[in-house]
Amino acid sequence: MADDTRPLSVVARPTTDEIDRRNLDWYIDKVVQAVVFICGISAIVFVIGIFVFVTAEGFGFLVDTFDFAEFFGSPRWKPTSEYRTTYGILALIAGTASVTGLAMLVAIPFSLGAAIYIAEFATGKTRETLKVLVELLAAVPSVVWGFIGLTIMNPLIIKTFDVPVGLNVLNAGIILGLMAAPIMTSIAEDALKAVPDRYREAAEAMGATRWQLVFKVVLPAAKNGLLGAVLLGVGRGFGETMAVLMASGHSINLPDSIFDSVRALTATIAAELGETAVGSDHYRALFTIGIFLFIITFIINLTADLIVRGIRKG
Amino acid sequence: MFATTELNVRNSRRQALVQILFMLMTAVLILPVLIILATLIHKGGPAISFEFLFSEPTNGMTAGGIFPALVGTVWLVAVALLVSVPLGVAAAIYLSEFAPQNWFTRIINLAIINLAGVPSIVHALFGVGAFVLFFGFGTSILAASLTLAIMTLPVVIVATRESLQAVPLAFREACWNMGATRWQTIRRVVLPNAVSGILTGVILEVARTTGEPAPIMFTGAAFFLPFLPESVFDQTMALSLHLFVISTQVPGVPDELPYGVALVLIAMVLVMNPLSIAFRMYLRGKKKW
Repeated sequence: MADDTRPLSVVARPTTDEIDRRNLDWYIDKVVQAVVFICGISAIVFVIGIFVFVTAEGFGFLVDTFDFAEFFGSPRWKPTSEYRTTYGILALIAGTASVTGLAMLVAIPFSLGAAIYIAEFATGKTRETLKVLVELLAAVPSVVWGFIGLTIMNPLIIKTFDVPVGLNVLNAGIILGLMAAPIMTSIAEDALKAVPDRYREAAEAMGATRWQLVFKVVLPAAKNGLLGAVLLGVGRGFGETMAVLMASGHSINLPDSIFDSVRALTATIAAELGETAVGSDHYRALFTIGIFLFIITFIINLTADLIVRGIRKG
Repeated sequence: MFATTELNVRNSRRQALVQILFMLMTAVLILPVLIILATLIHKGGPAISFEFLFSEPTNGMTAGGIFPALVGTVWLVAVALLVSVPLGVAAAIYLSEFAPQNWFTRIINLAIINLAGVPSIVHALFGVGAFVLFFGFGTSILAASLTLAIMTLPVVIVATRESLQAVPLAFREACWNMGATRWQTIRRVVLPNAVSGILTGVILEVARTTGEPAPIMFTGAAFFLPFLPESVFDQTMALSLHLFVISTQVPGVPDELPYGVALVLIAMVLVMNPLSIAFRMYLRGKKKW
């Protein structure tokens, strides 16, 4: 074996020279391994594919018409103006940000509270029932949420606050908050459950009440996971399309109060793409918004993942 | 020695208060949904009839039923499942059974998380760019279903991977020791023990695909098309888009119509979920470990 030049991996393979075990099953195994590997990397292919195809369609706009200062600095989104078309997404960003922000104000405290209750206080049947309910909540379709905003929340807001329009930041924020809450609740609950029981036992042995245990021991230990849950909730709110389109009023505005109608980035694409000609400036501009959305959610998700992984290692 | 002190009393009182507070917070999350559900049933219930479910919309969608949209949704979901379930389960098998613990696997996992986080409307843009234009499928069920399949792929992968990893390693080791190959082990031992988890993933996927109009509105779903699709290259109506259209785009729709559609949509999802939970409990009861 002295002048054996085969790579180490070949030498180390356990198949012996005396018996060749490579029967049909062995080959099937190899084929399956190759197939599942290809499927395994499909997620990478699709993420890259999304970026490539969306960029390809929006590329012409980026090269020809794109003006950084106007795109991010101007609140005037007038792609169909006959006088002068302007592509400024500042108002759309403000719309998305205000709705998502309000949604998080609604969702974060309640879903963390619910997660703590389900993970640390509720027991037995109550806990199982609550978990099922939260699961059901997460399954309510986004278009149904939008419809609820349109038909139930809208008159409710008009009546309660005596404002002329009920489709506004408040409406979309509450709807989006209710949508994001179940997801945040279940991820946060997982994070709380990941705290080892010996931490709780140690605290209980020291005579801590359940609340002291939660507040002083479990929450600090789970804080990265909880932060990850919050970030994923933000990502969800940020990317939601139909519910926001239906509940936000869809008028271009830099909002002054929560009773102003706004328009979100996602909703703009959904509402306008159908009316544009393939390859037109307007069409490409919408794809450019798509690239922007993709990059932002990419960053949010990456950060959330890094934070959550951080605790697993530590 | 064990007499309750002032501090003990204060602590346990605070404990009780906090517990009630958290219980209230949970209730605030869940109650609105129950109220909404009750409203939908109250207002949409009267609209639901055999006629409503099995006839076409008429009078510019201000009357009639939802049959084409119902059939279209079934087509879209079925084709999407045909693509994403085999792909997702295979990917999960790779990640759970074959993938080494290295940077490459890490990147795959990151890609899955990111794929799950991409906004649905960006998936729609991808569907338009890739399937409708580049691959030349046109606006068709095929293009829309492929878009939905990619959007929901992470759901299937994650659910399947978790349930595969829940199968104890000892099961695999026993099988390997009998001389079985990896694939034989996976097919005969691991997969049968993971069915319930995979099923949960599939049902979550169905829920997501049924209720999300954004990815299909430019790739294959039509506003109004009173015919049933005949092949995957046809356009079709879909329930989710139909609800959006009749509640925002069409004037003069009587109230109970959109409520009826919303109720059908939510019923499809809510009926499937308890089914999956019941099935999961049944299978868990059969588990031997």
